[in-house]
This record gives sequence, C-alpha cells and structure tokens, in this order.
Amino acid sequence: MKTQMTGAEIVVQALKDQGVDTVFGYPGGAMLPIYDVIFQQNDIRHILVRHEQGAAHAAEGYARSTGKPGVVLVTSGPGATNTVTGLTDALLDSIPMVVLSAQVPTSMIGTDAFQEADTVGITRPCTKHNWLVKDTEELAHTVHKAFHVATTGRPGPVLVDIPKDVQFADGAYVPPNKAEIGHYSPRVKGDTDAITALVEMIEKAERPILYTGGGVINSGPAASMLLREFTNATNIPLTSTLMGLGAYPASGDHWLGMLGMHGTYESNMAMHDCDLMICVGARFDDRITGRLDAFSPGSTKVQIDIDPSSVNKVVEVDLPIIGDIGHVLETLLKIWKSRGRKVNSAAIDKWWGQINDWRAVNCLAYEQKGSIIKPQYALERLEALTKGRDRYVTTEVGQHQMWAAQFLGFDDPNRWMTSGGLGTMGYGLPASVGVQIAHPESLVINVAGEASFLMNMQEMGTAVQYRLPVKQFILNNERLGMVRQWQDLLHGSRHSHSWSESLPDFVKMAEAFGAKGIRCDDPTKLDDAIQEMLDYDGPVIFDCMVEKHENCFPMIPSGKAHNEMLMGDASTEGAIDTAGAVLV
Amino acid sequence: MNALNLKKGSTSHSAYNLRSLADTTIESHTLTIMVDNEAGVLARVIGLFAGRGYNIESLTVAEVDHEGKRSRITVVTTGTPAVIEQIKAQLGRLVPVYEVHDLTIEGASVERELALLKVTGTGEKRVEAMRIAEVFRARVVDSTLESFVFEITGAPKKIDAFTDLMRPLGLMDSARTGVAAISRGV
Repeated sequence: MKTQMTGAEIVVQALKDQGVDTVFGYPGGAMLPIYDVIFQQNDIRHILVRHEQGAAHAAEGYARSTGKPGVVLVTSGPGATNTVTGLTDALLDSIPMVVLSAQVPTSMIGTDAFQEADTVGITRPCTKHNWLVKDTEELAHTVHKAFHVATTGRPGPVLVDIPKDVQFADGAYVPPNKAEIGHYSPRVKGDTDAITALVEMIEKAERPILYTGGGVINSGPAASMLLREFTNATNIPLTSTLMGLGAYPASGDHWLGMLGMHGTYESNMAMHDCDLMICVGARFDDRITGRLDAFSPGSTKVQIDIDPSSVNKVVEVDLPIIGDIGHVLETLLKIWKSRGRKVNSAAIDKWWGQINDWRAVNCLAYEQKGSIIKPQYALERLEALTKGRDRYVTTEVGQHQMWAAQFLGFDDPNRWMTSGGLGTMGYGLPASVGVQIAHPESLVINVAGEASFLMNMQEMGTAVQYRLPVKQFILNNERLGMVRQWQDLLHGSRHSHSWSESLPDFVKMAEAFGAKGIRCDDPTKLDDAIQEMLDYDGPVIFDCMVEKHENCFPMIPSGKAHNEMLMGDASTEGAIDTAGAVLV
Repeated sequence: MNALNLKKGSTSHSAYNLRSLADTTIESHTLTIMVDNEAGVLARVIGLFAGRGYNIESLTVAEVDHEGKRSRITVVTTGTPAVIEQIKAQLGRLVPVYEVHDLTIEGASVERELALLKVTGTGEKRVEAMRIAEVFRARVVDSTLESFVFEITGAPKKIDAFTDLMRPLGLMDSARTGVAAISRGV
C-alpha cells in the first residue's frame, strides 16, 4: 500500500482499515473529493439517505443492532447541522457513531463562506468528542482516534470535520496500529474490594433486585450471557430500563418486565420495597426513579457503571463499582462462586411470594371489545405472529413506544432499537433502514405512531431504493397520543394541538414510494393483515387504525413515587399535582 | 459513604469518595485540570460548566509543557459537595483531560494571583497609596506624576484587601489574572 495519498483517499482507506462495510450519507459541494473516492471502490457500501438526520438515525440502528460503530458522511453547513439531533440522540443513549462532515476550505473558514457552519462548535456539546482537521498529515491519526474514542469506555458519537482542501492535499497514511490515538482509556476492571463488598451484600440480602440498563448491551453479548448466568444462579428478580430490554430474556423466569414511568406494577413495587438494589449499567433517569425523595427508601444501592459521572448524579448510591459491565460481572461471579455460592434462599423465596402477588394484579390487562382495534391488541397480535422469528424492532417515540416495550418480548440483546434518552420522534423509520442494511435476511419492524412516522417519512425512498423489506407498523390514533394523555392528566383535557389533522393516506403514500400499503381497522381481520405484511417481500407501510383515546398504563405520574402508580382503570383527571406539573 | 477506604483524589477513583447529596452547603473548590493543548479544549471545559449550570469564579489557563503539548487549567468553582463531585467526574470524562485534582480537599496547596492596579492622585493620597503598597509588597511598574500602576501577587484575599484599601485612594482600573494553584510538598 502506498503511504502518500490524498486526504480523501486517506479517509476511505482508514474506514476500510477500521472494518467499516457500510456508510450512510448524503453528498454535497465540500464532500465531493471523498465521494469521488467512494465511487471508485467496492469495499464500502454507501447508502444514500434522503435527509442527513435519517443518515444519523440509520447509523444508530446499524450500531445498536451490530455492536459496531455506525458511520455517517455529510457535507458542510446544512449537511452537518442536520445530524445534530442524531448526534444528541446517540450521546444520550451511548451509541457508538462516527460522523465525517466536510468543511469549507481552510482558507475560507471564518469568512461566512457558502455552506459554512462552525460544525465543531455546534456539535461540541452533543458529541463525546470532535475534531477539525486542518492538515492532511493529521487526517489518518484523527480518523483512527475517532473510532477509538467512539467505541472505548462509555460509547458515544464523535465527529471529524474535514475541510475540502485537506481532502484534496496529499499526506501520509498510517494504519490503525501505527496511529497516535492519544491517552484516552477508561478503566474497565472493577475494584475487587468493592465487588467483594457487593458479594457480601448479596449473601445477606432478603429482598434483592437487579435493575439493568443499556450498559449491559453496550458491553457486548458476553455481558448479557454473564447477567443471565448470575441472575439464574442467585434467583434474584430482574427488571430493566427501556434501553436494556433483551439483555435478560423476556421469557426468563426472573423477568419482572420493564420498570419506570410505564413499567410493570411488579417491577416498580419491587424497586420500591427491595432491601438491595443492584444497578447494572443504568443511570437512574427521571423516567425510572419517579419522585426522588421517595425512591426505594429502604434499600442499599449498588451501581456498576463504566462512567464515574453516572454515579451519585441524582441518586446517592452506597457502593459504586466503576468498570465495564462484562468485566465486573465476570469477577462478581468468580468471587461469589469461590465463597460458596451463598444467598439468603429462604428470604428470597418469601420475596418471590410477594412479587408473585404483585404479578397477579396483571397490570397490563386491557379489554379488546367492539369493532375498534386497541393498540395493545395490535401489538399482542404482532408479537404472537412474529414470535420465534429472527426479528429486530425499532420504534418511534410516544405511547406506541411504551406499548411496544410492554407487549413485545425480547429474548436477545441488540434486537430492540429505540430512542430512550432524547425521545426523538422520527427515529424509528431511519433506524429500521440501518438495521435492515446490517441484517438483510432478518425481519425488521418499526413500531410507529402516525405523527412520528411523518417526521422522517422521506426515508421510505431509501428503503425502496435498496430493496429493504422494512415493515412500518403504524398505530394510527390520529393523535399525538402521549401529549394528549398528559393534557388529560394535568391540563384539564384541553387538547392543545395534539391531534393529527390532514393526515395523508398511508396506503397511497406507500404506493407513491413504490412500497406496499395495507390498512386495517377491524380486529377480526387484523391477523390476516399482519400476515400479509409479513409475507410481502418488500417494504410495507401498515396503517393500523386504533382506538383514539387509549391511555398508556400503568403510569407513575410525574412527581409521584413507585408505589403510587395509576392502573388501567384509573381516572386520569388531575392525577398530577402542581409540584409534578412543573416536571417533564 | 466512604466505607471502602479506597485511594482518593485521582480521576478514576473519584466516584468512590462521594459525599452526601443531601448536603446543601455551598463550598468553594480550586480544581486543576491537565489537558491536551488542542484546539477548542478551553471551549470544551467552559461549555461543560455553562451547559450543566456550574459556576466559574475564576479561570486561568496556559501551556505548561510545550514538548508534551499539555496545558493546565485552574478553575475556582462553587457548589454543594455533590455538585463539586459531579463537576470533577464530568471533567474527568472529557477526552483531552489527563487528570483532575481538587486542591481544596487533597491536602495543602498554594494559591496565587497577580493583579495590576492603576491608582491616580496627588499629595497625601498618593503618599498613602505608596505606603500601603510597601506594606503589601506591591511593586510599582509604571509611574507618572499623577498615577501609579501597582503589581501585586498573592492569595486572592490579599489582593481583595489591597484593592479595597486603594479604592478611596484613587483606584481607577484593575486587572487580575485569576488563580494559579499547585499542591505543597511532593
């Protein structure tokens, strides 16, 4: 391999050497040199999106479903600014992503040139790190360093801004193993004394619970396997955040369901009443904790996290263990076994008795009657008809997302892609495109609401162009359902701008894009319609007309504690008091 | 809680030395941050403080190792004990940061600041300004028949005291560098 190359060739060679097989992008003036090199090679597949935000979310879907970093190519100015939502989304959900943006030539930086934006300035707070490369000699080092930073420690998005003249100029190429990637290397091994202290707590605990999160999935499939081994061996009940679904199988005996604002009754009650809470790769988000001063008041709290800043940010923990989840769980198991595999079995059996009483409440119960499809029913049928298949699910944001988390079961990690931290409407469709690219033979479904779907619907064009058989399963209630639900809860049911008027005909829209459209509004015909969607070898928009005023339960209203959940038959009016109303 | 009695101070261990979130006392801490002297590193640190709503009382930055391209940032910040711990953890996870030290709790340290004060006046006031400057060991670095520029170095409180005394004697203008700090001993 020659070592002198143009900057554009250096970028593409660096991507190849980083093992990149796919990039999502959109060309433009300042990015043309790199696109010219992309054109003259066949190792890296370029997926042309319809909007740069779509590229970022597609890369997130790719990353979340493969464990590899997602890569995005965009031009300067609007190309770069359009990735800001995707970068922020990836930052909050710790998704590894590398965005390569073009910049105006170095001589024109600062002159308000055409399509100039201060991209590193704009993206500084929404990336894990970013760089402006002003010298072609630095380019290879910086791209390799970008991959290192995105994938090391707590993963996250990074951005490399490359001026057009740097792409044209010649420089030396260095492969990844010779690159100067700097000193960034967070610790991965947990402190043995601290882990031993945790084992001592586990041996004595009467009402322990595992509260797991996205960190388990980010740590890799091995961490999920260790979590299963540990949970099953100790008989400790387990709940998970939205981001952690699939790390422990939904079909597993110890699974309590998701916790938090729309979590199950049994998981929230168990969190409230436990005496030992073991937080594994989660961060006590406000959707999880509810009212902080009433959060699990009687428990000793242990937190395992790779990021020290996640510890004691909002909830004070008694024992922090800083390290990679996989490493820590491995040591934990080793120490626990070497000390004789002890747990307080009698007490834990009693604890399970209590939990089974809570389970018997059957908190997700709903009634499918009459001629209107309940959204829960639609998802239950989707689950039944796709169970056991090689399936990946993405979602948009809102009620449908919470119902999907409640009614779809995930038995493996990396199968569930959703915008958790940022709550980005418009995430699901492009994410499904990214997932399908990575898993061409698998079934990929985006569970959507009609309003979220419209936010990035242009990506149907991408799905059709690359023959991606993504299934867009829209629960169409002609409302911004979650907004409407909150207006019921705390704004006297004044539905200010929370309905979808002038909706397009989704069947015709599918046909206009060259995809298949299916509409169903009859519960008796739902199974056949879903089967038709699954059988079709190509992209489908499924317009599932559902009950317009269904609320998502259980719900911990904001400002309330875990044991103050609203259940399905609850009246919503005035459920949130003044103190809760100021919260988000 | 600090039951584990683990090593204190360094970035990687800071999470083991956390104090109660419930403590609402506002404390002032002097942090020193060793960073790569790369483009935008100061913006990154300041942006973190602004974005997360932390206070900056004083900030100084300069390259201290030209060969290794490292700069030292000294920040004086205020907050509750929990906020101070969170600031250190957030700084510690920035990619160009090598280490974060909290000089306020990591043993004895020396803090110095330099100030330049322009004092105008004639007659008795001018004599009095000169006399006080001698007491404070301030140096005259510029003089006209009607003005002095004093250079004074010391802990921020000493400079505050000197400034207060100069005010009725014709203080016209002042410039301060912010705090530079370093731990005592080895």
